[in-house]
Amino acid sequence: MAGIVSYGAYIPYYRLPRSVISKAWGRPGGRGERAVARYDEDPVSMSVAAGMDCLRESDPKSIDALFMATTTAPYKERLNATIVATALDLRREVRNADFANCLKASTTALLSAVDAVDAGSLKSVLVTSADMRLGAASGENEQAFGDGAAALLLGNEKVAVEIEGSYTLCDDLVDSWRAHDETFVRNWEERFGLDEGYRRIPVEAANEVMKKLDLSPKDFAKACFYGPNTRRHSELGRGIGLEPEQIQDPLLDIVGNTGAALPLMILVAALEEAKAGDRILLVSWGNGSDAIVFRVTDQIKSIRNRRGIKRHLEIRRELDNYEKYLRWRGLVPLEAAARPAKNPTSMASLWREHSSAMPLYGVKCKKCGTPQMYLSFSSTRPRVCLKCHVRDEFEPYRFADKKGKVASFSHDYLALSQDPPNTLTVVDFEGGGRGSFEMTDRDPEECQVGMDVEMTFRKIFFDKGVHNYFWKCKPLRD
Amino acid sequence: MPGSIKDRVAVVGMGCTKFGERWDASAVDLLVESAYEAFEDAGIEPEDIQAAWLGTTSSGSTGMTLSEPLRLNYIPITRVENACATGSDAFRNACYAVAAGIYEIVLAIGVEKLKDTGMSGLGGAQPNPSHVLTPEGTAPGRFAMLATTYFDRYGLSFEEGKHMIGRVSWKSHKNGALNSKAHFQREVPMETILNAPMIAWPLGLYDCCGVSDGSAAAIITTPEIAKGMRKDYITVKALQICAHPNDGNYNSDYDWTHVESTVRAAEAAYKEAGITNPREEISMAEVHDCFSITEAVTMEDLGFSERGKVLRDIEDGVFDLDGKLPVQPDGGLKCFGHPIGASGIRMIYEMYKQLQGKAGPRQIKNPKLGLTHNLGGSPDGCMIYVGIVGLPEA
Repeated sequence: MAGIVSYGAYIPYYRLPRSVISKAWGRPGGRGERAVARYDEDPVSMSVAAGMDCLRESDPKSIDALFMATTTAPYKERLNATIVATALDLRREVRNADFANCLKASTTALLSAVDAVDAGSLKSVLVTSADMRLGAASGENEQAFGDGAAALLLGNEKVAVEIEGSYTLCDDLVDSWRAHDETFVRNWEERFGLDEGYRRIPVEAANEVMKKLDLSPKDFAKACFYGPNTRRHSELGRGIGLEPEQIQDPLLDIVGNTGAALPLMILVAALEEAKAGDRILLVSWGNGSDAIVFRVTDQIKSIRNRRGIKRHLEIRRELDNYEKYLRWRGLVPLEAAARPAKNPTSMASLWREHSSAMPLYGVKCKKCGTPQMYLSFSSTRPRVCLKCHVRDEFEPYRFADKKGKVASFSHDYLALSQDPPNTLTVVDFEGGGRGSFEMTDRDPEECQVGMDVEMTFRKIFFDKGVHNYFWKCKPLRD
Repeated sequence: MPGSIKDRVAVVGMGCTKFGERWDASAVDLLVESAYEAFEDAGIEPEDIQAAWLGTTSSGSTGMTLSEPLRLNYIPITRVENACATGSDAFRNACYAVAAGIYEIVLAIGVEKLKDTGMSGLGGAQPNPSHVLTPEGTAPGRFAMLATTYFDRYGLSFEEGKHMIGRVSWKSHKNGALNSKAHFQREVPMETILNAPMIAWPLGLYDCCGVSDGSAAAIITTPEIAKGMRKDYITVKALQICAHPNDGNYNSDYDWTHVESTVRAAEAAYKEAGITNPREEISMAEVHDCFSITEAVTMEDLGFSERGKVLRDIEDGVFDLDGKLPVQPDGGLKCFGHPIGASGIRMIYEMYKQLQGKAGPRQIKNPKLGLTHNLGGSPDGCMIYVGIVGLPEA
């Protein structure tokens, strides 16, 4: 029977206290903080981060499909899931798909993965969900929203969390929406959305799944469900008939409403604490609702070294600067930098390099054993060995999962950056090999020669409609 | 076995424009200005030039960039491009043509018009289609890493390191103040240098050379012909170009505290010129001080200072104008800026004037051999030129 085999999550390093946003707009208060993806992150890069966390003990080549759920996909035409799958080093023979446009897209992706595994057409499916929705400046959404991601690996061997059943409702009740050419999420009057939508439809789905499985609210160790904010979230718990201690913290005060990713992030947080035999209820919301019942098995013990939600909550830095948030989201027109215009990103070059550059492959020389990268303007693929000069005698060698130490660095104030200075580094990898990368999620003061770093998939720039992804390094914080 | 250029060619005339933000001058104006100074200095007419080599990275693309403004009609002209070693490589190729006996009088000229781009820094177009791997990084960012690692490896505190590289710039500004052709002609106090805004930590504003327009030219012939033209001609002792494997960013053997291609080019140049103890035998040098840390490290790479110990020589004033081995007597890139194609020949121009005893207030006492050095690229991968010129008898 299909179930969850592994889980992972990702929360951006930067957290913006809501009081900082309030202060910028001359408002009182502001409760908690919200996670803010850096300018070099988006749902694709965050999905890769959560996926890497999830696949710590799995061979990426054993996965048959990647389902990516988001309402803020960087591309409208280009399969976002395949960018994620390529970075994660999945095979070419995979059935990737984007699940989009709806806050419950992640639970739909999860159920689709379960169905495919149960049907036997796919053995192993990675579901990722990430979102970074934008609320218009000074509005409530701006404060309520947060950025984050989660990933679940579905399979039918060594299942840690079984799926006992589910119930789905689709209802074209619209309390929030965004048209194809709009930047900010719109809302109808809150009372309508609550009375006819959020307080009714998820409760109906939850009740129906309980009825179907002959369960009652007291059968659940934890209940994980979407909520637009903390107050409305606890109202829904009461509506389903749950006691406060059964309700998994929805992360709204400390991460924010991460949209489509929120249900899976709350679920991952619950699984981090779960023990064998626990029954968990997951309820999503968005033009309908999916209610899913899980049962935790003994295998849950084997999933323990994830950063998940818990560790990611600890790896944080306060962003005490609202202007920086505006800049990172491109919400203020900036003085144009006096630098030469970029030539268009070459699709031919991207394609030629994608199987080496996107999963960050170098090579290992078969003759002298030297692991090596090649990083030039036009190629990531070495042809002649750095050390012994033999030609084309290599085996693939991946650097994305290797830790490294900073051999040299500088803080460049002249380079184009949305978070100056631009920290340039040279990294020596454990096990050999070197590369030069930008360093992200760093405090300039903490940088030193010899510091430990890990690799992270990021957006290098956006230009002429192309999101140009590659890898950066970041300080190792555990 | 490679042969040697030593004393096989002579420089009989040179020209150099005023460097700076030459809003008044196009590349055409700059070429005419330096070339005609060189023609006049050599006592020849443009029609005497049999072949020419033009060095420019972005101010033109063919030999016609030179033939058109100078009306050097129907002679062979080659445009040379080799990053910051462009001017020097034009000079080198011109020398080889004379040494080969193919031509008797040739022109090597470099030019760059950088200030028409509307932006500071090297504002040329980016090479190739922007690629997934092109990280946002500037020249200061790359060279700053040399400083970070040098300070770390040799145990220099930030203050010690900053003072060391600051003094490099302080010295060059002092020399530039004596040079009417320099872009910057003012001394700069140490305090100003040390407290300047960061460009790429740990390099501040005064650790970086300027960007300017300029041109420089040399007339090259055989020593035999030179003797009949003037008494104070100079001869070429060594010409070396070294292409780095460009692997410092992914070869962990590279230590980021030196530039290996400078070491290799210098070794070859000393061998070619018959020099065994450069610190004692070289009278003066113009090196590629694109950044102050580059000059500091280059002193070690050229064998002027012991490895890891350049701080002492810099602070002791060894490379000052009145020191044991003056470096950047004309003010260097620091004061001239760096019109890329012109810089290498501008350096040779200063050596030429010094060897002739015509360097005015900057005159070094009895120089015999002068070394020039260019670094095109960044520490992890660069084209290096090391050349030596001197008195015919040296």
